[in-house]
Order: sequence, then structure tokens, then C-alpha cells
Amino acid sequence: MEQSTFIQQVAPEKNNAVTKSAALQEPRFVRYTLTFIALAFLALFIVLPLVSIFFTAFQKGVDVYVAAITHPDALAAIKLTLTVVAIAVPLNAIFGIMAAWALTKFNFKGKNLLLTIVDLPFAVSPVIAGLVFILLFGSQGLFGDWLFEHDIKIVFALPGIVLATVFVTLPFVARELIPLMQTQGTSEEEASISLGANGFKTFWYVTLPNIKWGLLYGLILCNARAIGEFGAVSVVSGHIRGMTNTMPLHIEILYNEYQFAAAFAVASLMSVIAIITLIVKDIVAWKSKSA
Amino acid sequence: MSSLTVKQKTRRIIPGFHLSLGYTMLYVSLLVLLPLSMIFIHTMSLSWAEFVHIVTAPRAVASYKVSFSTALAAGLLNVIFGTIIAWVLVRYRFPFKRIIDGLVDLPFALPTAVAGIALTSLYAPNGWIGQFFNFKIAFTPLGIIIALTFIGLPFVIRTVQPVLQNISAEVEEASASLGATRLQTFRKVIFPELAPAILTGFSLAFARALGEYGSVVFIAGNMPMKTEITPLIIMTKLEQYDYAGATAIAVVMLVTSFILLFSINLIQWLANRRFVH
Repeated sequence: MEQSTFIQQVAPEKNNAVTKSAALQEPRFVRYTLTFIALAFLALFIVLPLVSIFFTAFQKGVDVYVAAITHPDALAAIKLTLTVVAIAVPLNAIFGIMAAWALTKFNFKGKNLLLTIVDLPFAVSPVIAGLVFILLFGSQGLFGDWLFEHDIKIVFALPGIVLATVFVTLPFVARELIPLMQTQGTSEEEASISLGANGFKTFWYVTLPNIKWGLLYGLILCNARAIGEFGAVSVVSGHIRGMTNTMPLHIEILYNEYQFAAAFAVASLMSVIAIITLIVKDIVAWKSKSA
Repeated sequence: MSSLTVKQKTRRIIPGFHLSLGYTMLYVSLLVLLPLSMIFIHTMSLSWAEFVHIVTAPRAVASYKVSFSTALAAGLLNVIFGTIIAWVLVRYRFPFKRIIDGLVDLPFALPTAVAGIALTSLYAPNGWIGQFFNFKIAFTPLGIIIALTFIGLPFVIRTVQPVLQNISAEVEEASASLGATRLQTFRKVIFPELAPAILTGFSLAFARALGEYGSVVFIAGNMPMKTEITPLIIMTKLEQYDYAGATAIAVVMLVTSFILLFSINLIQWLANRRFVH
């Protein structure tokens, strides 16, 4: 009937004869208006900022772009960010698996409380996430004197940045795995154990294949946030150029120095990572649905 | 933590209970509970009068107003447009739908600082969008609202989408066959189903917006009393080595977040209960 129209109603799979009646469909102008509003909003808030990043990055030419991302400070920032991610993401992945195992395979008192605690970092402002580690390890902090005596630097150094990143990305893997493992129950693991496999073998050959896509999904989200974290890292980094500046902090410095082309050049690198994240996420979501 | 005793006294077949639970509890204790408790412990060094003086200082109160009102405005914008976008993505077919659906998650994947400088340059007086307006957008509360709307965009869409997908066609058919118009069906049948999801999405976006820092600092202009958000007050106090002051403001923010988190869980619990009965 309305096959020729540009924007079509998705037919609910149940009963096509009824679907086509006017009572179950919005008038055509409503459909067009709603679609226009939705797409215009997304164009304004998502597409335009993304386009402007790449446009501004290349505005002063490819030479400026290449110079910006191969500058020693930029390379140091990239290296630091990768180091932080390489430590924080595996830590939270192992934690996520452990937490999901404990919370979904067993029943115990206080389970809901523990679930809430795992979620807590999401409810905390990134600035506070940084502040807490200053209060623990800063010069006036709880362990400040002890660390000073033993000449250990945590805050304003790599360990502080890693700790703040671990804090803000802590729930990602656990949050993906817990609902997934909840729905899968425990019967397959019980069968495996009763057939004589040990705990690790059961996890590796029975549980892991079932949760691999969910795990990957959580890892991708955790990774994206770890790369891009700004507020928490900003508090604990101390902004030492070439030493404790991660990529987002490097962007901030360039931007505040009015080196817009350079700032957007580094920003465009991070945007590429973000776009790859979205694509991989989409593939993973599609795979896990068809699995 | 002694309340976490094993309820199930029967023999557990699956191994690893003590290892996984122990590891989880050690991890969250060291990395979440101990650090967060420092906020409250550190505030103890202040007397009650000092604490009240810091958290009710005019500049702090002005920042609560800025943070709260902009987060609320952004949350409401996301409720309206997020619901429309979710509706369009679930119900209508149009070209490049899958790519557009994927792009919705960009605010989760894009670093906040990158979003911050991109939005600032767009909405600055000489920017691509800013030049068309004869009033300032960036460096005013309007700019903060735009940054917070961007950050919170996926929350409402991603909570409403699955609910909309799960509404069975029969309910709408029943409503239509009883003579309801499309608008009546939406208002009386579809919207009540969506309401808890919209509310959850709003609360998540609102909570995120209250604490947001990275995308806002660039676009806000950061003028005390006018466009200074509460996380920035903490940052400023830290830069002045005023740890007690920073911590006191952090207590206010943490307590607010916890109340919000509790409300979100309550909404979800009530919504689930409604569906069960």
C-alpha cells in the first residue's frame, strides 16, 4: 500500500492484515515529522561535532596535523595512555569475571549490597574519583608521610593515574557479565563438575564460551572509557608535560594554548578510536544476538 | 562485612565461592570503599560549623544552582528528544538506520574532553553554529546545557528502546479495535509502559550530568557565581591545596549522587513489581 514511501512503519511481525489499518499507524505527516526531528537532533548533536573535529584537525594542512601527532609530548601522551589502559583494563576484566562468578553462581546474604557497591563508581563524579586518591596518597593524605619516607610516588605519577582509571572503569566488565551469567544459570557448570572437570576447566571450556561476547562487549566499553577519562586523571596527574599527561590532558593543554589545529589533531585520533569502538561494539552486539 | 555469610548451607557443587567472593570483596574494599570513605573521614577534621560554612558559601551555593538547573534542563531535553529518537529507531524504517542507531552511543565512546572542545568551537560566537545567533551560547549556562545534553543523550534512548521493542502488537491492536485513535492508544496504552524507562533514563542522564566535568569545563566559561559547576569548585579548591574545602563540597555531591542512585533502584524495583502483578 505504502511501499513507495520513504519512511515506512516497521511491521510488527504478528498480523500483517491488521497492521496496515490506519488505526495502528501514525498518519504519514506525523511519521515524517518525528523522523525529521530525530534525525535533525542526531545530526546537530552527534554528526556535526564529529565532522567539525576532523575538519578543524586538517584545517591547517596535513603537515600541521602530522607535526601535532608526532610531537614528542603527543607521543609521550599516547604512550602513557596506552600504558594506563594496558594495566587498568585487564585488572577490571579479571575483577569483572570474579565478581560475576561470585554474584551469579552462588546465593549469599548481602548480595544486593555488593552489587550496589560494584556499581558505585558510576555514581561518583570523576573529579571526586581523583580526589579520593589524593586524600589517600597525597602529601597530606593518609599514607602521605609513609610514602614520602620510602620515596614512593603514587599521586602525580603513573600509579595514581592507573588507580583513578581503575576506579572509574571498575563496573564496566562486571556489569555486562552479571546479567548475562544470571540468565545462563548454573546447570551447565554443575554438569561439567559432576563429570569430573575441575573449577578452572569448567570455567575455561563451559562458562567462557558462553560469555565471550558479553566479556568482549564489556572490555570495549571499559577500554573506551579508560582511554578517554579526563576528570579523574586530571586531578591525580599533576599535568607534567611529557611525563604525566595522558591524551585527553594533552588536548586540554594544547587547546588552552590556542593551538586549536594541534588540539583537534590529537582529538581526531581519539575520535577514530571512538568510531572503531562503536563499530566493534555493533559487531559484538550482533554476534552475541545470533550466537 | 560479616553479614556476607553463606545462606546456602547445602553442599555447593560449583567451586570457587570463597576465591571469587574474597577477591571481589578485597578489590572493591581497596579500590572503592577505602577511597570513598576517605571523603567522609577527611571531612571529620572539620567542625560542623566549618563544614556548614564551606558548603553554604555563596559561590558553592551558586554552583549547586548552576549544576542542578543545567543538569535538569539537559535531562528534560533528553527525555523529549530521546523518546522521539527511540520511537523512530524502533518503529520506522529509513535509510542508514543501522549506522544512525550505532552513532547514538558516540557520547559513551568519545572522550569527554574531545566532546568539550568540539562543542565549544561549534557554539562559540564565531563557530559554525554560534555565528547564527545574536546571543552567546558557549560560555553561558546554555553552553553547559548543550554539553550535558550530548553526554546524556544515549541514556534515555537506550533505556526506552528495549521497552518499546517488547510492547506486543496485540495490545495496540486491542486498543485500536476498541475504537481508540492512534493518539489515545499512545497516551493510554504505550506511554504508561514507557514511563518507568523514561524516568530511569532521565535519572541516569541527570546523575551523570551532575558530576560531569570534562565536556563542561571548556564550554562553560567557568565564571564564579554564573557558569561555575560544582565539580569545578572541587577542582579549584584542590589547586589551592584546600583539601578540607574540596572534601566538604565532595560530601554534598556524593550524598546527592547516592540519593539519586537509590531513587533509580527504587524506580526500577517499583516498575518490575508492577509488571509482575
